[in-house]
Amino acid sequence: MIPAPFDYEVAESVDNAIELLGTREETKVLAGGHSLLPLLRLRLTRPSLLVDVGRLDLSYVRDAGDSIAIGALTRHHDVATAPLLQEHNPLMSFAAGLIGDPQVRHRGTIGGSLAHGDPASDLPAVVLALDGEIDIAGPNGVRTVRAAEFFRGVFETAVGPQELVTEVRVPKLIGDHVWSYLKFRHRAQDWATVGVAAVARRSNGGVADAAIALVNMGATPLRAGAAEAAWIAGAADPGVEADAKTEPPSDTNGSADYRRHLARVLVRRAVEEAEAR
Amino acid sequence: MSAPTEVEVGRAIGARVERKEDQKLLQGQAEWVDNMHVPGMVYLGIVRSPYAHARITKVDVTPALAHADVVGAWSGADIADEWQGSLPCAWLPTEDTNAPEHKPVAVDKARYAGDAVAVIAATSRGAAEDAAELVEVEYEPLPVVVDPEAALADGAPLVHEEFGTNRCYTWTLEEGEIDRLFAEADVTVSERYRQNRLIPNAIEPRAVFVTAIPANGEFTLWSTTQVPHIARVTLSGVTGIPEAKLRVIAPDVGGGFGSKLNVYAEEALALAVARMLGRPVKWTETRSEGYLSTIHGRDQVQEIELAATSEGKILAVRTKLTASMGAYLQLVTPGIPLLGAWLYAGCYDVQGYSFECTGVFTNTVPTDAYRGAGRPEATYAIERAVDALARKLGMDPVEIRRLNFIREFPAAIKAGLTIDSGDYDASLDVALEQAGYESVRAEQRARRTAGDPKRLGIGLSTYVEMCGLAPSNILGAIRYSGGGWEAATIRCLPTGTVQVLTGSTPHGQGHETSWSQIVSDRLGYEIDEVEVLHGDTAVVPLGMDTYGSRSLAVGGVALYYAADRIAEKGKKIAAHLMEVDEAQVDHVRGTFHGPETSITLKEVAFAAWTAHNLPDGVQPGLEETYVYDPPNFSWPAGAHVAIVEVDTETGAVELLRYIAVDDVGTIVNPIIVEGQIHGGLAQGVAQALYEEAIYDEDGNLLTGNMVSYLVPSAAEFPRWELHHTETPSPTNPMGVKGVGETGAIASPPAVMNAIVDALAEDGITDLDMPATPERVWRALEEARR
Ligand SMILES: Cc1cc2nc3c(=O)[nH]c(=O)nc-3n(C[C@H](O)[C@H](O)[C@H](O)COP(=O)(O)OP(=O)(O)OC[C@H]3O[C@@H](n4cnc5c(N)ncnc54)[C@H](O)[C@@H]3O)c2cc1C
Repeated sequence: MIPAPFDYEVAESVDNAIELLGTREETKVLAGGHSLLPLLRLRLTRPSLLVDVGRLDLSYVRDAGDSIAIGALTRHHDVATAPLLQEHNPLMSFAAGLIGDPQVRHRGTIGGSLAHGDPASDLPAVVLALDGEIDIAGPNGVRTVRAAEFFRGVFETAVGPQELVTEVRVPKLIGDHVWSYLKFRHRAQDWATVGVAAVARRSNGGVADAAIALVNMGATPLRAGAAEAAWIAGAADPGVEADAKTEPPSDTNGSADYRRHLARVLVRRAVEEAEAR
Repeated sequence: MSAPTEVEVGRAIGARVERKEDQKLLQGQAEWVDNMHVPGMVYLGIVRSPYAHARITKVDVTPALAHADVVGAWSGADIADEWQGSLPCAWLPTEDTNAPEHKPVAVDKARYAGDAVAVIAATSRGAAEDAAELVEVEYEPLPVVVDPEAALADGAPLVHEEFGTNRCYTWTLEEGEIDRLFAEADVTVSERYRQNRLIPNAIEPRAVFVTAIPANGEFTLWSTTQVPHIARVTLSGVTGIPEAKLRVIAPDVGGGFGSKLNVYAEEALALAVARMLGRPVKWTETRSEGYLSTIHGRDQVQEIELAATSEGKILAVRTKLTASMGAYLQLVTPGIPLLGAWLYAGCYDVQGYSFECTGVFTNTVPTDAYRGAGRPEATYAIERAVDALARKLGMDPVEIRRLNFIREFPAAIKAGLTIDSGDYDASLDVALEQAGYESVRAEQRARRTAGDPKRLGIGLSTYVEMCGLAPSNILGAIRYSGGGWEAATIRCLPTGTVQVLTGSTPHGQGHETSWSQIVSDRLGYEIDEVEVLHGDTAVVPLGMDTYGSRSLAVGGVALYYAADRIAEKGKKIAAHLMEVDEAQVDHVRGTFHGPETSITLKEVAFAAWTAHNLPDGVQPGLEETYVYDPPNFSWPAGAHVAIVEVDTETGAVELLRYIAVDDVGTIVNPIIVEGQIHGGLAQGVAQALYEEAIYDEDGNLLTGNMVSYLVPSAAEFPRWELHHTETPSPTNPMGVKGVGETGAIASPPAVMNAIVDALAEDGITDLDMPATPERVWRALEEARR
């Protein structure tokens, strides 16, 4: 539980961070440290250099017209309590409020949560369901990646070794939106055994633009396409095929079978809860 | 919860006195072992086997020695000469118990994942861990056995080849005509339960710090231990350091729950390395290292049968345990399941009693005492089996309990001991009333009728336990190596304050407060005038330490009697000073009243110190020691009720309410009692719903850290509803019984009975602990099939 030796630098600016990340092999960004430090302490990762981005001016929640822009260093607690999000995208703030415990929420950042690429994390699925956008800064400037292209595998994302997530944008839920985030976990502080983010727009007595994303049902957060279609079609139980095309893990928190079952129950409940809003 | 009360001097027993210990703890001024730093100190790093069972074919420490900050590195063979004996096991229950050699560092075979194979001493902690990675160890993996029943099967891999079996011992107890009672019974039930393996999680991990005066051969060991006195005796045996040259100090210790009621390899190692290097040595475990090196609890298979009449009167109980010892015997490993041996009939009157326990070696971390030690297991089995019997007979769980309660005290129970006092109906009455039993049943029915997927369940646990360890002669009779007495000294200082020396070593229980209350109550000192010293073998030479809810019931009683001796001697001096006959003097809480004048104990203490004018034959000073050996165990009992909601779609269980009615005899400090019950309930509910150490078939601990080993937090619990009934123990003059373990003992069956009750109409009759959502869901799936 003592990390292997590493060097440590504090980045002064985004450019400086990118420069430092390029100074050697095996460098890592340090944000809130709440995913990275446990890995360091268990010696599961052994970077040669940590680039602390904690002092960069990237903690904010701003109105960006059709969307809300969230700086990569915004803590989960601030996402959960930001009035702009509570007004325009309550799904996002509600889900952030369910992460870990208060200590975790005051340290962990949205950028770290996405860049870490853990399929058990809450915000990746939420940003996927919302079709959010992620800005990634690198040696050649900033590029924007859609959430659907961002998550590549377990702990794998579109972020390259010399790149930094700088901002996340989620749409304002304009019009009559319904949403739900259900996180099934054994203890209050745990990661989701399975989580479901559901959002749709009310239309003609039913819903349109339904999006359902699943937490911890595969290598990345996954859209539950069959369930989305069933929801739009007004199926009695839109959860029946919620686990289609998923590959859930088996671990001490639940077997793959159990996770499939949970996904089906939770999607049905999420849709019920969303529609009751 | 009411506010702390103002304490009237001399009326302190029973008062809600705020803990004296807390200011220091809350202000970060506690003295933890890991905070100790002295110049020249080295840190130990331990290389642990990643294999659960492997021959060690080569250990090369030279790459580690090449590390700039390393001052020493040793394989098990390199350090073997340091040991005069095995790590201690103080309880070999039978003459033919197989007791393996247990070296602090394994030499030719690793027997569990975590077994130490080499040790590093370095000038920083980081370097010690870095260098530990450099040690080259070659292992030849061997077949592994982790399940205690599988370990008894023919052809199972042998943890200790020399015994030719994994059986450690078989211990039996049989009273009454068991076979006849079973043959003639109208009904029998036969149940099989699993005691999930638990990992104790004291808030302070284990740490060891040793300083030495090599020229004198003197060593001081600071350890996060519950048992400095036992550690001193036994570590002297392991290391060959004469007992008189070894001082053991347990400074502030942040919880133990039994995990620090042990004598560990690292304590012996730190002493040995300090002796070899002539330098101070420190070692502190990390949480995940602790999961591999600190004892685990429980891990038993329980088979229990009840024989009963068709009316529900229980005639006999027959129990067979298969208990995992883990890979080695730690301090009391084999004895732990036997601490429940007398309790498998619970608080019920039976005519026949049979108990058999087989201890088994497996390739796992050794098991040992964990809060309740043997008694939670017993309580779980009988309380669940009684519910099973009620189900079979179509009786209400309340009714069957009432039918079978022991009602006459002292009660000589069939298993062979005597329960001092109790009133089981009284506790049950309060529990049912507080729970609103009938209305919960009504809501349960209403939900069922409405087809609500969230079922309601109510579960009872009417328990009795034996604690206050223990009468020394009984310990001897069951082959425990130590005694069960406890010592207390009261030293009345000349300036009006008083020191108390207690051999019972606290690690969170609040002895400083309770002991001050006893002295205040008996001798009239203000609470703040009492200073309680403990946990240092040089300061308090006599002691048997803290475990088995013994502190108050044994150590507190010793203190009570020591106070009597102070009063006795004080009276002689007071009479002399007042120039009256001793028979004319009355002692009332610190004041000696003569026919005309009176004199305080503080004045007497001063007079005893100056010794200018003492009666003939009375020695100067006012200091008395009493060593108390209890004539019986103490027997707390009570009735607990759990109310749960089970989501039949997801399997999730929510504990909605928990009502605990405990009879712990006289209460000295209600705040401390409530704290003990809260903590015990949390740990018991954790066993029922959350915690389980899981090994895979290769002996890897899958729950190796706090992400996967689920210690619940306050967020998982309802508000505990605590109530008390009180039947003072007639065994001791204070009437106290002990409360440290009741919560952990009583609660697992209450919760599990509630879950089974909730799902009874879904066809569920049994569930293993912990009742995780998946386990509940699977049981329901099977029942639906
Ligand atoms: C006890 C506990 C419970 C938790 N429970 C939950 C939970 O219930 N749900 C949940 O979703 N999460 C949970 N987490 C994880 C937590 O949310 C983390 O904070 C989050 O996953 C990572 O954010 P961070 O800022 O701490 O990142 P860090 O730990 O600093 O970094 C994580 C990874 O992302 C990289 N990184 C960080 N920021 C950037 C960036 N801006 N650009 C590029 N790469 C970056 C780092 O190099 C590293 O590889 C828990 C954590 C703990 C310790």
